[in-house]
Amino acid sequence: MGNTKMFVSGNEAAAIGVKLARPHVISAYPITPQTVVVERLAEMVEKGELTSEFLHVESEHSALSAAMGASAVGARAFTATSSQGLLYMAECLHYASGGRFPIVMMNANRSLALPWSIYGDQRDSLSLLDCGWLQVYVEDAQESLDMMIQAYAIAENKEVLTPVMVNLDGFVLTHTYELVEVPSQEAVDAFLPPFETENKLDFENPKNMCFSSSPGDNMEFKYQQHRAAAKAAEVIKEVDEMYHKKFGRGYGGLVDGYRCEDAEIILVTLGSITGTCRVVADELRREGKKVGVLKIRFMRPFPEKEIIDITRGAKVVGVLEKDISFGYEGTVYTNVNSALLKSGKPIQSYNFIAGLGGRDISKNDIKFMYTYLEEAANGVKKEYIKWINLGVDTDGEGN
Amino acid sequence: MEKEIKRINAHNITDKEFFYGHKGCAGCGGSLAVRLALKVLGERTYTVIPAGCMSAVGFVYPQLCFSTNAMISTFAGTASMLSGIAAGAKALGIKDFHAVGIAGDGGTADIGIQALSGAIDRNDQIIYICYDNEAYMNTGIQKSGLTPFGARTTTTPAGENIHGSITQKKNMFEIVAAHGISYAATASIGYVQDFMNKLAKAKEVKGTSYIHVYAPCPTGWGTPEDITVELAKEVVDTGLWYLAEYEYGRFKLNKNPKEFSSVENFLRKQGRFRHLDEKDIAYIIESRDKKWEYIRENWEVA
Amino acid sequence: MNKPQLMHYEKPKHIKDYPCGPAAPAGTLVVKNAGWRTRKPIVHKEKCTGCCLCYLYCPEGTIFKENKKVGIDYDFCKGCGICARACIHKAIEMIKEGENGEY
Repeated sequence: MGNTKMFVSGNEAAAIGVKLARPHVISAYPITPQTVVVERLAEMVEKGELTSEFLHVESEHSALSAAMGASAVGARAFTATSSQGLLYMAECLHYASGGRFPIVMMNANRSLALPWSIYGDQRDSLSLLDCGWLQVYVEDAQESLDMMIQAYAIAENKEVLTPVMVNLDGFVLTHTYELVEVPSQEAVDAFLPPFETENKLDFENPKNMCFSSSPGDNMEFKYQQHRAAAKAAEVIKEVDEMYHKKFGRGYGGLVDGYRCEDAEIILVTLGSITGTCRVVADELRREGKKVGVLKIRFMRPFPEKEIIDITRGAKVVGVLEKDISFGYEGTVYTNVNSALLKSGKPIQSYNFIAGLGGRDISKNDIKFMYTYLEEAANGVKKEYIKWINLGVDTDGEGN
Repeated sequence: MEKEIKRINAHNITDKEFFYGHKGCAGCGGSLAVRLALKVLGERTYTVIPAGCMSAVGFVYPQLCFSTNAMISTFAGTASMLSGIAAGAKALGIKDFHAVGIAGDGGTADIGIQALSGAIDRNDQIIYICYDNEAYMNTGIQKSGLTPFGARTTTTPAGENIHGSITQKKNMFEIVAAHGISYAATASIGYVQDFMNKLAKAKEVKGTSYIHVYAPCPTGWGTPEDITVELAKEVVDTGLWYLAEYEYGRFKLNKNPKEFSSVENFLRKQGRFRHLDEKDIAYIIESRDKKWEYIRENWEVA
Repeated sequence: MNKPQLMHYEKPKHIKDYPCGPAAPAGTLVVKNAGWRTRKPIVHKEKCTGCCLCYLYCPEGTIFKENKKVGIDYDFCKGCGICARACIHKAIEMIKEGENGEY
């Protein structure tokens, strides 16, 4: 198969994946903890390993704007950002998805100011679930590399034509080192054909793009966009299976259930914390507890059906997330709970808010969550939302 | 180094119209600027127009008024979208085309200045045209960075206490020149041959070029719709606007009036200036004189 | 195409018939602008020398070259009157638009 093994960080693995996907245009503005991605890509361009136009843009808004311009003429485009930058380009996120530009963007999940924090949590991308982008949360460096390639295959699919955001947890994934298998360029070329679209500015068939619509048409365009994003669910699974066949690595499509088949207690996770959760789940299983871990990979399109299926036999579900929608609950929980309610079967569900601003989530914290869920399953009254490891006394209020 | 640039005029210009059927106000200066720019640049052109009058009047589905490739960018993103187009087309091996952005004064001097600055810094192969009607017209005539001193706008209303806008126009021409841009020029739709000459020059520039074209707005200025072109000529004749170029690192004045025509006559034709008193007008004239003293001393004068 | 064209437009009946995203073939027009006029330009051909100043200055592009003189596309002329003032031969006259908007 021509694979090489390399010892790289999450960021570096992502950069390698991007290189293999052969983008025509890379536009990016540096922001911690994404910087290594664009640095490595710049080095690859300098060395001649990657033939891309590398645009040193002057802001994140311009980064995505330039990527859209490139996509509009039929070029494959890539950009990367994090937190403040992601929000700075927020207008462009909606623009890109509404414009049906199949751009792939790496986002290093980082806590949003204020207070300022360079450390990881998932508030940045989760606050933008409605912007129309497909969103995947990867767990490790290998998945980062593989998803960069898969993301283009998904985005550029003619029935999808929707941009994809690949999320890596800031620092814990972007900056930690792992051994990854790097597929050969030939193998990736065979898997990912060149980008072709009719949705572009073309001298043979000139177009007027990114136009306005009146109230008489707008909903139709939005419905079309919604349908494409929903259709992406099938495409995601197909691409995952094809990738598995070709490269030997499959990720389960929209979700990845671990020991959930007979689990009574399931913890739903997002991103790199999943690995730690699996270790804890194994320990608890050895103690005879029937626990499982349900990793959500794609938050959009939301895997409602898969979540309902996998949690069918469970007594209680906990959602662990690095996010909070102030004044209410965690956004992942809101989404998961909605699915559980639609299942028709009453399953108790609880929300664990953890890891904000880079606070560590330890094995003990996860054990605490499983114990909390077990007690709830046994009839102990529990607060449905629990802030983990809050280091102060809150007089038992809220949390 | 100076390539012989073919002069485009009314007779040899293409008969095709690339901007047609739009919903701009009757007598709109901006639409004339867009129409002529596209005629000079030709069919192999990618046009980017941000939120503003020209996109609002030209792109409401299903009335699509551009017969060549055109797209609307975000308000702040004209120049960056253009950079992306130029880079994408280059990467795809597409040759012999122009990437042009046509933005208003607000989309250039205020919200769009960051992206413009970046594009010039990168020397991206793009042409950037600012059609200057001196306010945010599309949203209903609000003050922009290019609204001149004394102009009434809805956010700088003229009354007893304040006589309209109290700031001078941002000097976009000199701002882009300060970047060391490959080519920049000021123009006016009142001097169309000069405007077309400058467009023809911009087509040949290696790197970024910028043309700032004065384009009166009858609706926003309170003027009859049939004198738009005459106003655009008169502003140059009064010296309140100048026709100049920045090329090879040097400023060159294209037209040096021996005598300026009356500033007061020019201003009083416009509803947005009718409230000005003698002191205001004297101040405007004084500012003009100061500027021209500087120009005549420091720039190459044609 | 020589210029954006008027074409018959019907709102699509099926979602599949909508363009993919806000992108559609360039230069398709569905309505005229003629109804905006309160006065309309008439070219006195005997005075017209074909200098094409009016052709250059028309913000709409509705003045076209014809037989060494000029003609006007009244479907899209808005009657602004710039052409009449631009004409150095006084060959264009602005007259009142017909009472029923006929032209």
